[in-house]
Parts: sequence; C-alpha cells; structure tokens
Amino acid sequence: MATPHRYTTLAIALHWMVAALIFCAFPLGLYMSDLKLSPLKLQLVSYHKWLGVTIFLLVLLRLVWRATHTPPALPASIAAWQQRAAHGLHHLLYVLMLGIPVSGWLMSSAKGVPVVYLGLVRLPDLLSKDKALGNALQTLHASLNYVLLALVFLHIAAALKHQFVDRDDTLSRMLPPLKRKS
Amino acid sequence: MRTLNRYLLPALLLVASSVHALEFSEVQAAKSSLVFGYQQMRVPLTGTFTRFAIQARFDPAKPAAAQARIDIDLSSIDTGNSDADEEMPGKLWFNTKQFPTGQFVSSSIKALGGNRYEAQGKLTLKGKTLDVTAPFTFRQEGANAIFDGSFKLNRLDYAIGEGLWADIATLANEVSITFHFVASSKK
Ligand code: HEM
Ligand code: HEM
Repeated sequence: MATPHRYTTLAIALHWMVAALIFCAFPLGLYMSDLKLSPLKLQLVSYHKWLGVTIFLLVLLRLVWRATHTPPALPASIAAWQQRAAHGLHHLLYVLMLGIPVSGWLMSSAKGVPVVYLGLVRLPDLLSKDKALGNALQTLHASLNYVLLALVFLHIAAALKHQFVDRDDTLSRMLPPLKRKS
Repeated sequence: MRTLNRYLLPALLLVASSVHALEFSEVQAAKSSLVFGYQQMRVPLTGTFTRFAIQARFDPAKPAAAQARIDIDLSSIDTGNSDADEEMPGKLWFNTKQFPTGQFVSSSIKALGGNRYEAQGKLTLKGKTLDVTAPFTFRQEGANAIFDGSFKLNRLDYAIGEGLWADIATLANEVSITFHFVASSKK
C-alpha cells in the first residue's frame, strides 16, 4: 500500500482550526490579563475560556484521529534525526495543547470561578477554592504558554525551512495547494 | 376524656408557655453568615460580608412581636477576588466613605405555617431605602435558634455598580442574599 503524501482532509482542517484558535486565544490572554477590572475584561476572560475549551475539544478529536491514522511519511530526503525531532516536537505540542487548557480550567476552579462553556454548559469544578493554588496555576498557565510560543516558533521555522530552503514537500502535506509539481 | 382535660391540657399549656418564654436575642456572629450570589457572564458566583451586627428578638410563638435589625459593615465585603474587593468601596460600587453601613430593619414578621416565616422590612444601601420581603425558616438546635432565609434584590435599584458597571449583560442585575443566623436565648 502506498503511503499517502498528505494528511487527510479532516486532519488538515483540525490542524488549521486549532492553529487559528491558538493564534486568537494567546494574544487575547496576554491582552486581557493586563487590563484593569472592567466589564470588558470580564467578557474577554469569558471568551478566552470558551476559545480555550474549544481548542481542548478539537485537540481531543485530533488525538482520536492520530490514534486511528498513521501520519503520512515525511519526504525520504529528511535526515532520520530531523524526523525524530519533528515527531518529538509534535508530541510536545499535543501535550501543551491539552495541558494549557487544563491548567486554565484548574486555575479557574482554584480561583472559585466555575467555567461555563459558551455561557451554557457548566463544566465541573476540578478543584475546590484555594487562592494560593489559583495563583500558582496562573503562573503555570502563563509559563506553559511561553513554552508553547517557543515550540510553535520552532515548528513554523522548520516548516518554512522545508518550504523555502530545502524546497521539499513537507509543508504541502499540511497545506496541499502548495504541492510541487514533480 | 376527663383525664385528658385534667392532665394533658395543663401539660400542653405548660409546654406552650415555656416556648413563649424562649426568646432568641443573642446572635452569634461567628456562626452566622451573610452571603450574596450573582451571575457574571452567566457564571454563578458568591461572596460574603464578614462583619455585621444583628439585634433581634424572636419568639416562634409570637412572630408578630419579633424584630430584627441588621447593620452590615459594607467594607467587609469579600468577593473572593482581590481586584474586585479593591473596587467595592469605590464610588461606583458601595461608596463606603459616604455610606459605610447597610441596614435592614424589620417592619413586620409573620408566620407562614410550619417552620416558615416571612420578614418584611426596609433595606438601606448607599443611601437608598427600599422594601424587601425575606422568607426564612426557623429551627431550634439545642439551646440555639437557627434562621435560614434568602431574598433577591436588583443591585441597580440601589445604584450598586454604576457607570460602566451598569452593564447587566456582563454582571447580572439580580443579586440573591442568603442569610444564616444563629442565636441563643438570653438567660
Ligand atoms: C490553548 C488554549 C489557551 C491558550 C493558548 C491560553 C493562553 C493564555 C495566555 C497567553 C494568557 C496570559 C498569561 C499571562 O501572561 O498572564 C492566559 C491567561 C489566562 N487564561 Fe488562558 N489559554 C488557553 C486556555 C485557557 C482555558 C481553557 C482557560 C479556562 C477555562 C483559561 C483561562 C485563563 C485565565 C483565567 C487567564 C488570565 C489570568 C489572569 O491574568 O487573571 N485559558 N491564557
Ligand atoms: C499554534 C500553532 C500550531 C500548532 C499547535 C501546530 C501543531 C502541529 C502538530 C501537533 C502537528 C503534527 C500533526 C500530527 O502528525 O498529528 C503539526 C503538523 C504540521 N504543522 Fe503545525 N501547528 C501549528 C501551526 C502551524 C503553522 C503556522 C504551520 C505552517 C507554517 C504549520 C505546519 C505544519 C506542517 C507542515 C505539519 C506537518 C509536518 C509533519 O508531519 O512533519 N503548523 N502541527
């Protein structure tokens, strides 16, 4: 059986949806946490949580996809260590894409603020109220985000390097319109 | 029937009159609580006032003679969020410099049947006085009387959260007040 040259449409759709939502949730998180208390801040924090929970749900879907599919093989021209590095990085990205929303949810619970997804579905409180723990989780949430920022930067840099320096078909596996004619 | 009249009735009257004599007036602040609940972006939240003084007289057999007055130190608000706690004394919220305390003064208390009662009275917050009706239950636990009740108010009726905070889509207008008072009878 020939290995496919690109991710399935579902995997591609999920990858880009999640990436787009993270590119919204991240700056929103930075912006809102510096605002002084106001109705706008309360709204933005709620939207941030809804975005974050949406990302969490989509990433769970992605993991189902991963568990039932083998990703397309990377171009054979890529050195083995680079392939291993790419896989390691992808695993870390998955860990963060789950860990960050969960840390946010834990933070909310510890601060005594339930998460009500889209203002409709009340999620269970994961922890009972504990101010010190809430602050620690806030630091954790922020720190994990900075790790994500660094790794996504690497991830994008690698994708661009393959596209523009190596000129191979790595990026087109996630962005089929870029497929080079061979 | 005669024996009943002769023995049981006086006994009942005795019990009844001893109930009469029990008047609960010593409120135990440390065991009592005053909680408010509200919704922020449809998220249910609660906070408390930690300092309040209560003067009350309550005899379950004579609710009509009962009285209650509660003075709340509004700067003792604990919203559970330190940023919000800093906002609360401000002009847009309680303006505690000008209006340091809130008061509830009962005007009438009536029995609703069973262990349920209803207090009507005037609630003053931030210089505005409005009528409120608070149903509550009464139960006796050892030497203590326990009063549990709640009522709702609209914060904007008292101008609590003015200006940008009047946005009730973000911060609901309706606030529920839940009280739990423990009182013992004066010896
Ligand atoms: C992948 C999803 C998420 C991303 C990328 C993300 C990103 C961020 C970022 C960058 C910050 C600012 C950190 C700082 O420098 O202080 C932040 C703050 C925050 N996040 Fe998230 N977050 C996500 C999911 C969640 C979820 C699911 C929740 C809650 C259910 C949440 C709750 C919060 C809260 C409450 C703050 C603000 C803390 C404060 O300053 O008061 N986040 N987030
Ligand atoms: C928040 C942003 C992003 C996250 C969290 C993310 C995460 C991931 C993950 C976890 C995979 C592995 C998929 C799998 O095999 O299950 C992946 C693959 C890929 N991503 Fe991203 N991605 C992001 C943004 C981007 C961007 C902006 C680009 C392009 C410039 C990109 C290009 C790719 C490519 C080409 C692949 C396939 C690479 C391969 O299979 O080795 N990603 N991404």
